[in-house]
Amino acid sequence: MATSRDDFVIAIRSAFIKKGNKQRFSLIGLIFFSLGLLILSKINFPINNYIKITLNEIVYRSSFIVSVPEKKIQNLSDRVKDHYNVYNDYLLVKEKLNKLQSEKYDVQFLKEENKRLKKNIDEYVYNSEELVAKVLIDKDSPFLKSIIVNKGSKDNVKLGMAVLDRNYLVGKIVEVNYSTARALLVSDLNSKIPVGLEPGNIQSILTGTGKQNGKIEYFEKEMDVRDESIVYTSGSGGLFKSGIPVGIYNEKQDKESTVTFFSKLSQLTFVKLVSFEEDKN
Amino acid sequence: MSSKFRISVFNKILLYFPIILLFLSVFNEFDFNYLNYQYFSFNFPFILIFYWSLKRIETLGYGYIFIAGMFNDAVLGFPIGISSLTYLIICGFAAYLRNITLRPNNFKDWFYFLFTISVANSINYFLLMLFFSIEINYYEILGNIIFTFLLYYIFSFFFDLYRNIISRIKT
Repeated sequence: MATSRDDFVIAIRSAFIKKGNKQRFSLIGLIFFSLGLLILSKINFPINNYIKITLNEIVYRSSFIVSVPEKKIQNLSDRVKDHYNVYNDYLLVKEKLNKLQSEKYDVQFLKEENKRLKKNIDEYVYNSEELVAKVLIDKDSPFLKSIIVNKGSKDNVKLGMAVLDRNYLVGKIVEVNYSTARALLVSDLNSKIPVGLEPGNIQSILTGTGKQNGKIEYFEKEMDVRDESIVYTSGSGGLFKSGIPVGIYNEKQDKESTVTFFSKLSQLTFVKLVSFEEDKN
Repeated sequence: MSSKFRISVFNKILLYFPIILLFLSVFNEFDFNYLNYQYFSFNFPFILIFYWSLKRIETLGYGYIFIAGMFNDAVLGFPIGISSLTYLIICGFAAYLRNITLRPNNFKDWFYFLFTISVANSINYFLLMLFFSIEINYYEILGNIIFTFLLYYIFSFFFDLYRNIISRIKT
């Protein structure tokens, strides 16, 4: 009994403490060093933040270069799929375009009218600053849904800026480095965005599922939410302006209802980074 | 002279192939997520680190593994140090198995790998959830563990082939 315990201790000691022939560091030393880094991260130690920013700058650029072949393969497979679907897409787009052209002038009028009415009731009118950024990395990791863009603090990117694909909300900036920034996508489990569902102006929170869609949380069951309601940002919290389209609510009787995003989050190449400020005029 | 140089460069690349592969995999995170199969993902660095720590540690030093972990954290947006810790725990388990094994058996290694990645992922999960309040889908992790475990056997077969080539070059 004592011998087998001794063997166990010897094997553990040899594995964790003893350095190999060409090893410069012992395993236990590096484990403690990792733990130290984690503790410093937890307490937001300033030096740790500088290390992180420097590391991010190097890693994001390198990762972008290394990911090129995989991206090419992915793009090729997407292009093949697109070729197969081109005729059906053409018919759909033609139909949508006709519909949109008829609605365009109504929207223009409503926009102006809305602006005038908002001024009358002293509601904020937002002025937005836009930056177009290229997506460097979109890892689509099973654990975190985020993208890295090629704009950072040198381009006046700030924490909390909205990330839009065309006019659709796709995420918000959660980390800013000197020349790059990370945006947490709306599909991430940790993303919580105040939204309103139209028709009905039902206020709620949109949270990611970790997959390609989202779900609506915190609204009362008896509220009558219609299938295919449009999900907009509500503007609560003041981070985003109200009325940015996010997705469509799909009601499912047997399963949990989901929100299908307007934008295809796995195929973002260029995005707009937008900050909203109250218009003083 | 030039052909000799070319051969020696090629040999060097072959010799350091596991390190190159490790850094490529942490930068690139190739896990075929874009196929969009539900719960399908696997952790290639886990397979690589466990296999090479178990069989042939000289070319894949702990220092490199630690740095690869830091790079992985930067790519994924995790707190710096968490992947390094996970990778080093895997190294520790593999080194322990190497020390107690007299007659290596691929099948035993395979199941020990399952135990190792379960422990490593659990530590990772608890640290992220409890200390950093990062929400992670438990089922995604479970899927990741299962597919990483299943693919280990296939990858270890290819790594065995590679080791044979390397041993021939050395002799």
